[in-house]
Amino acid sequence: MTAPLTNTAPTDPIVAMRDVDMAFAAGRVDGRPVVQQVLHKVSFEIGAGETLGLVGESGSGKSTAGRIVVGLYEPTGGSVTLFGQPITGPDRRANLANVRSRLQFVFQDPHAALNPRMRVGSSIAEPIEIAGRHSRKDRDDRVRQLLEMVGLPRDSADRFPHEFSGGQRQRIVIARALALEPGFVVCDEPVSALDVSMQAQIINLLMDLQARFGLSYLFIAHDLAVVRAISHRVAVLYAGSIVEVAPKPDLYARPQHPYTRALLDAVPRPDPWRERPPVIAGEVPSLLAPPPGCRFHTRCPHVMPRCRVDVPRLQSTGPGRLTACHLFDEGGIAAVPDHSSRPASHVER
Amino acid sequence: MAAAGRSNEPLVSIQDLTVQFRTDRGWTTAVEGVSFDIGDGDCVGVVGESGSGKSVTALSMLRLHARGTSRFPTGRVLHAGRDLLTAPERELRRIRGGDIAMVFQDPMSSLNPVLTICDQISETLRLHQGMSRPDARRRAIELLDLVRIADAPRRVDEYPHRLSGGMRQRVMIAIAIACRPRLLIADEPTTALDVTIQAQILELLRDLRAELGMAVMLISHDLGVIAEFARRVIVMYAGRVVEDAPVEVLFRKPLHPYTEGLMASMPSLDGADTATLYSIPGRIPDPDETIAGCRFGPRCSYAEPACSAVPPELVSVDGGHRVRCPPRTRTVTPTATGARQ
Repeated sequence: MTAPLTNTAPTDPIVAMRDVDMAFAAGRVDGRPVVQQVLHKVSFEIGAGETLGLVGESGSGKSTAGRIVVGLYEPTGGSVTLFGQPITGPDRRANLANVRSRLQFVFQDPHAALNPRMRVGSSIAEPIEIAGRHSRKDRDDRVRQLLEMVGLPRDSADRFPHEFSGGQRQRIVIARALALEPGFVVCDEPVSALDVSMQAQIINLLMDLQARFGLSYLFIAHDLAVVRAISHRVAVLYAGSIVEVAPKPDLYARPQHPYTRALLDAVPRPDPWRERPPVIAGEVPSLLAPPPGCRFHTRCPHVMPRCRVDVPRLQSTGPGRLTACHLFDEGGIAAVPDHSSRPASHVER
Repeated sequence: MAAAGRSNEPLVSIQDLTVQFRTDRGWTTAVEGVSFDIGDGDCVGVVGESGSGKSVTALSMLRLHARGTSRFPTGRVLHAGRDLLTAPERELRRIRGGDIAMVFQDPMSSLNPVLTICDQISETLRLHQGMSRPDARRRAIELLDLVRIADAPRRVDEYPHRLSGGMRQRVMIAIAIACRPRLLIADEPTTALDVTIQAQILELLRDLRAELGMAVMLISHDLGVIAEFARRVIVMYAGRVVEDAPVEVLFRKPLHPYTEGLMASMPSLDGADTATLYSIPGRIPDPDETIAGCRFGPRCSYAEPACSAVPPELVSVDGGHRVRCPPRTRTVTPTATGARQ
């Protein structure tokens, strides 16, 4: 890492999402159109060279957030700014065109992300050709350089995707993502289709590339341990809302939101002596008819009358920490303990 | 645990099982020389990555592979005095879903979308136990209660698409335990589920095992799931058993280099937050890749010249701990292990 990062939200963010809402039409019920509110007032920022981990279970809206942030979806509310240019509002198209070459996306399934009939070298060269910046020789040199960067043999360029394992294919996808030297990459579950022993290799590669090129990542995953390994800060999504954002060490050592705690408790540990915490009941609510108040109140072990009525807002609960929970309202019981007194120090990873 | 059951013969005994599949390039060996026993009431975890042969082993136990494209060159799967690999199909049909039941990973594709939950649970009961429709329906409701589905009398008439993934897996478990099996094989039962739902399903399986006194064989790629569920763990790599030990022994002192590497490459939630993750070098071999000697040899940091000469044997290092690795087991002589324990 070149510049040391602070544990607080970046002052000069590369990516900024503010109060983003996203609703999809979900067909009709009894003749009336129904809307599915997938994201509700989601805000986060990502600084240069920073990784923000975005965790949540299925239906939490984490992939939708990832698509909005690179302009694949236009949100129904709120604003998104990339490299200082708003990609929502009237200048959306022009600004997106300006920043597009600096954005990349790595998807979960490396099998589906590569054209099976294209040689690996052509797949990697495609973005370079579209950008039209290089001569043929430069392009071929760049492809070999990219392959080397992600740890694949130089002769891989002439082979087809099926000749590679899942982990190697993900390396090819990453090489292609880096072809135009992006500043910001969204990684949506990039290792969840891989075996454990391959996951570590890809995560190490992503961290290494970040250190070399100062990339910013939005790292979307359901696996809390993987997110811990790669992130500087972590945001937790539940049913379309961010419930907690915190510097990575604080989130894992001292989770504040009851959902974050439940999520961490629920992960099975490779430790047969562990005393298992109680299992949280219930399931994620339907986004077609979300519960009033806090969306987690139907499962929360600390539910209070207020939670069933008032939607909790993200509020500051410590250095660099934001939590959306009524337990942290003024005079709330959790306002006293659990507060990190640590100064905002350099990021540990 | 089930000491009484154990003293006689095991519930299921897999002996030297080898499974091959027909491919374009001839017969490929997916599983080779797998042997282990499951006793009454046992709780066995089988862990391994893709291609390790853990699911192939489980499916072979009930001979669920397509007949024309699979074969068993060696091996026996003994259950109640019969070899399930050679038993007539008629007899196997009685055992599947009867004495030995199975739950699969994907509850979406395992349930028939055009039949109600009641139809699907009843089918097992009517076929195996000859129950009448009303009796089967009553029992189906009881079973839904047993797998903690609230409002069972109403839910029983719903179709699978109305249920969440977690609920569907509960229904799959209800079907599996409908005839009170003595062994439940659960193949990655929580892999498709969210982590909070996974915790619920694992707890359900734990409770049911205690309530019904059945043995469970849980297959997973996740060492966390295995550690929290199994009493005994079988580690598979590239079609072979590489280690077999009681869960505490395995997690305190894994002996096989692959087990060790797998544990080290798991990103941790509680331990030190290291700058880079450990990763096992190289990659998992393809089933038809020829590797002389130990199949883990090319990726192993303990490898010796002898490792690539002869395929290593699975040897007992002390009561109930078997390892397939001469360099590591040579140093752990029975006396030394005795002292360590």
